[in-house]
Amino acid sequence: MRWMWIDRVVELVPRQRLVAVKHVSLAEEHLHDHFPAADGRPALPVMPASLIIEGCAQTAGILVGHAEDFREKVILAKIGRFEINRDAMPGHTLRYTATIRQLEKVGASTIGTIELLEHSAAGTIATTIGSIELMFSHLDNNMSGQQFPEHNFVFGESFRTLLASSGISGNW
Amino acid sequence: MNRAEIFEKVRDVLVDALAVDESDVKPDSRLTADLGAESIDFLDLVFRLEQTFGFKIAQGELFPENVKQDPEFVKDGKVTPKGIAALRARLPHADFSKFEADPQIAKVAEVFTVDALVTFVERKLAAK
Repeated sequence: MRWMWIDRVVELVPRQRLVAVKHVSLAEEHLHDHFPAADGRPALPVMPASLIIEGCAQTAGILVGHAEDFREKVILAKIGRFEINRDAMPGHTLRYTATIRQLEKVGASTIGTIELLEHSAAGTIATTIGSIELMFSHLDNNMSGQQFPEHNFVFGESFRTLLASSGISGNW
Repeated sequence: MNRAEIFEKVRDVLVDALAVDESDVKPDSRLTADLGAESIDFLDLVFRLEQTFGFKIAQGELFPENVKQDPEFVKDGKVTPKGIAALRARLPHADFSKFEADPQIAKVAEVFTVDALVTFVERKLAAK
């Protein structure tokens, strides 16, 4: 579970859309280094944008993988565009929505939105804070005949556990 | 849609896909050598052209596939005359006349210019 940057899949419309959430927690060690107190300035724990991209890629990657029952080795091939305009802090929840734009034998292109959920006694406010375009390659179909291991090393145990704990089952 | 209109749309696709400036995209710009396209960008371009122009592009239709694997087509790092004939037949939108003089396989991507993309789109739209 060390490299899972989403906590739960909350909605799946096969071959169309997947929504996942990530809770930002002060218990995550990297937040203490991003950014520590320095030069009289207090610590500023902020979810790194690079890990938000990883979370979006996992969200979209599961959607693309699920479309073919996880038979394809779905590899993130390109980040077409990424924009974000707010920081996510401990106690916030990030909600990633991935939508398939194109799904082909060789790969897929997806678009995504990033929402920030701010929790308070009055309730939760959701604000869209970013967007992303991602492209995935189906490795076995898109590398000029190169051979890869039979075993699907992309969707390992961590992904299976995440799907199971999100109540998503299937024949994979 | 005329050729100038197709060029404008192809240029917009290249600006988005390759993060280049509009002014860098000229008809004779080579996708790899001049605009910095890498192998994965070719799949991205296929996706974006499909979206922009509303047609499907089959695998290997726009850019060549499996040329390197065929010993009849490539010998000692160069594309054979038979290989060039096969490429011409498969990719009628690309101009192989310059490539023919020095047919190193490593340079085959250089036949893909902005003009070649425009011609490809023009042919696809005409066949619709």
